Amino acid sequence: MAEKKKRLHMQERTAAERVRDFQEVPLGYTPEEAMAEAKRCIQCKNPLCVKGCPVEVKIPEFIKLVAEGKFAEASRKIKETNALPAVCGRVCPQEEQCELKCILGVKGEPVAIGTLERFVADWEREHGKQEPRRSAAGSRVAVVGSGPAGLTCAGDLARLGYQVTIFESLHVTGGVLTYGIPEFRLPKKIVDLEVEYVKTLGVEVKTDMLIGNVYTIEELLKDYKAVFIGSGAGLPKFMGIPGENLDGVYSANEYLFRVNMMKAWKFPESLTPVKIGKRVAVVGGGNVAMDAARVSLRLGAAEVTILYRRTQEEMPARIEEIKRAREEGIVFKILTLPVAYHAAEKGWVKEAECLQMELGEPDASGRRRPVAIPHSEFRLPVDTVIVAIGNSPNPLIPMRTPALKTEKWGGVIVTAEGLTSLPSVYAGGDIVRGAATVISAMGDGKRAAKAIDRLLSPVKQ
Amino acid sequence: MARIIKKELLNENVSRLTVDAPHIARAARPGQFVVIIPREDAERIPLTIADADVAKGTITIIFQIVGATTTVLDSLPEGAEIAHLLGPLGTPSHIAKLGTVVVIGGGVGIAEIYPAVKAHKAIGNEVITIIGARNKELLIYEKELTAYSSRLVVTTDDGSAGRKGFVSDELKDIIASGKKIAEVVAVGPVPMMRVCCETTKPHGIKTVVSLNPLMLDATGMCGVCRVTVGGQIKFACVEGPEFDGHQVDFAELTARLKGYKDVEKQAHDHVCRLLKGLEK
Ligand SMILES: Cc1cc2nc3c(=O)[nH]c(=O)nc-3n(C[C@H](O)[C@H](O)[C@H](O)COP(=O)(O)OP(=O)(O)OC[C@H]3O[C@@H](n4cnc5c(N)ncnc54)[C@H](O)[C@@H]3O)c2cc1C
Ligand SMILES: Cc1cc2nc3c(=O)[nH]c(=O)nc-3n(C[C@H](O)[C@H](O)[C@H](O)COP(=O)(O)OP(=O)(O)OC[C@H]3O[C@@H](n4cnc5c(N)ncnc54)[C@H](O)[C@@H]3O)c2cc1C
Ligand code: FES
Repeated sequence: MAEKKKRLHMQERTAAERVRDFQEVPLGYTPEEAMAEAKRCIQCKNPLCVKGCPVEVKIPEFIKLVAEGKFAEASRKIKETNALPAVCGRVCPQEEQCELKCILGVKGEPVAIGTLERFVADWEREHGKQEPRRSAAGSRVAVVGSGPAGLTCAGDLARLGYQVTIFESLHVTGGVLTYGIPEFRLPKKIVDLEVEYVKTLGVEVKTDMLIGNVYTIEELLKDYKAVFIGSGAGLPKFMGIPGENLDGVYSANEYLFRVNMMKAWKFPESLTPVKIGKRVAVVGGGNVAMDAARVSLRLGAAEVTILYRRTQEEMPARIEEIKRAREEGIVFKILTLPVAYHAAEKGWVKEAECLQMELGEPDASGRRRPVAIPHSEFRLPVDTVIVAIGNSPNPLIPMRTPALKTEKWGGVIVTAEGLTSLPSVYAGGDIVRGAATVISAMGDGKRAAKAIDRLLSPVKQ
Repeated sequence: MARIIKKELLNENVSRLTVDAPHIARAARPGQFVVIIPREDAERIPLTIADADVAKGTITIIFQIVGATTTVLDSLPEGAEIAHLLGPLGTPSHIAKLGTVVVIGGGVGIAEIYPAVKAHKAIGNEVITIIGARNKELLIYEKELTAYSSRLVVTTDDGSAGRKGFVSDELKDIIASGKKIAEVVAVGPVPMMRVCCETTKPHGIKTVVSLNPLMLDATGMCGVCRVTVGGQIKFACVEGPEFDGHQVDFAELTARLKGYKDVEKQAHDHVCRLLKGLEK
């Protein structure tokens, strides 16, 4: 029986080989592997996997097409609801979404939905035909931010015939996909092509445009019938401990921005430097911490340590990424909390002072609260510290738009359809949720596009 | 892309560019700055908007050539395109009718105070301007600033022009003369701003400084520009660059500005080699 077959895992490059460069770690399926894996899908009548997907990709339908070797058709099927499959196939936490719901997962391993999506998108990129560029004539809509939320909202609106302009503050598009997630996990070529695809739908992209400063939201509403805010969670959190402003202590955003966006890895050909030294400590246990740690190895650090105050079980990073980080030789110091940093003479960080923790009673999140063990201080020698304890919603647009209502922690408040406290102004993605996921940002962008369409074309409905 | 309409050398190390950027000219307010990436492989560097002409749709920037990216910027001729120009950035200066305001500029900071001097004059304040440089050759903007100042005082370290000494010497004398000062604005090298703040603090005279920490995105996303003001972390690119000088931790700012000195030299050497190669 087909479903008894074991899940086919992608081939990966060995840890020893991959830590020396920034190329992708998993190699993806061959067409034969993809078809074999697709045949494991039992084509449920009432597919639960689709319910697990924030953008409701037609999973059994595209997988059936893959099983039949109809890769171009499979790609079209995915793109009906997901404009960025090559990205999602790589960075979505499928194990918590579609694959978690897969019936095969009850007794064995779920279908490798993410890997199949990735295969189809990559096949399309290499073999597919470019769609002709479209131009739209409908009402004008402004989208702020070119991360997954903005790109999805813009793409969907363009398909519905609206004239969409994306305003992006940075000099490159893609949001976190470009400046945050490193090349070896999400090649920038792929992000660029996904952005190109959205442009072929007729979307105009203006970079170097900081909304709030260049134009306010109110000013945009004079030229555009509706605005979607997808400005992300760009504000790095710090712990507020002594020594955190020493040289050599980076926020993960700064560190990754230097490397991914400004290409500091090829300094001085590219003029933005990054300095890491031999011993790097990364504070945090999420995807961002794993990325910062693995980037450090690739930049030549001899010893990279993750400092996390709970245990590996509580780490929010994807299991797959933790596994890869371990394989590559990253040291995990769990139940460890930095409390101060100390400097060498010239002001550069030299030691991280830490406390040993143990797990106590569960806290509000249901995870057991880490509690400091008395007199457990110790000092860890470091040349670089990277603080990856999370990001808050980007405060700039709320700061410059006093009428826009936000939660105390900074998230923009929206209705179920993504409408903010301002008429005709919608928001979604990390600016609403705080640091979340690519696919939830895309789901928000989709939902807002539908709502904007209802607002601007009531007759159609 | 933004075209360089005009390029002038103000002295051997300082250039002035007039750049076509109507959307920035329209929105710019005193105290704000732009980020420039002169060429795709260069750094994002912050530079003050020294003037904006809404009718012509242009902005003016004045910069000192100190390292790799300013060298690259200076290599672009009139008519060339700047790869990326983003602005206006930061929070505008708070300009209100106060009475007498002393505006102080040191080094390339002299050009950076021009919008503030103009705005304070326009709102009806008496503006006393003090500008200082190491020597006569490095003085800039004397004529432009005179037009908007009730009084302009020049100081040079070596006495080759104006008063021999520092801008803070003149500030001390004005305070000692018993003149009622509502506010001091100081823009220039960190030691200069620090001394100005130390001078005014005992007299309780509000002193605004424009901080120049390292910046990267300059949109509030990386935190490299963080400064400690009144014991709290502030991101200078969004919440500043202007802050209450009496609250600023200048020692920390100084230390954080030094972090990249060694590698910056490497970048500078690289750029100089490249530019030399191009000349041949
Ligand atoms: C290092 C790292 C690794 C991650 N790994 C994963 C992962 O493996 N899987 C996963 O699902 N998620 C991951 N995430 C989270 C995911 O990337 C985000 O949830 C997602 O990108 C949010 O999308 P967004 O469109 O809301 O915002 P963003 O991607 O942040 O995009 C916002 C865009 O808006 C621009 N912007 C901001 N303010 C303005 C303004 N005022 N005017 C104009 N433009 C503006 C920004 O420059 C940016 O380009 C990771 C995040 C990081 C930082
Ligand atoms: C808000 C703001 C406004 C500014 N406005 C102006 C302006 O109008 N005109 C102008 O000439 N400069 C201005 N600066 C400083 C300018 O950004 C730096 O001189 C420039 O980034 C140097 O780049 P570089 O690659 O040529 O030199 P680098 O090689 O990066 O640096 C060369 C030397 O300059 C020092 N340096 C680097 N960045 C800064 C900085 N931000 N402040 C002070 N020293 C620095 C370095 O420590 C090093 O010693 C401003 C800075 C800020 C933050
Ligand atoms: S320069 Fe990055 S946050 Fe200010």
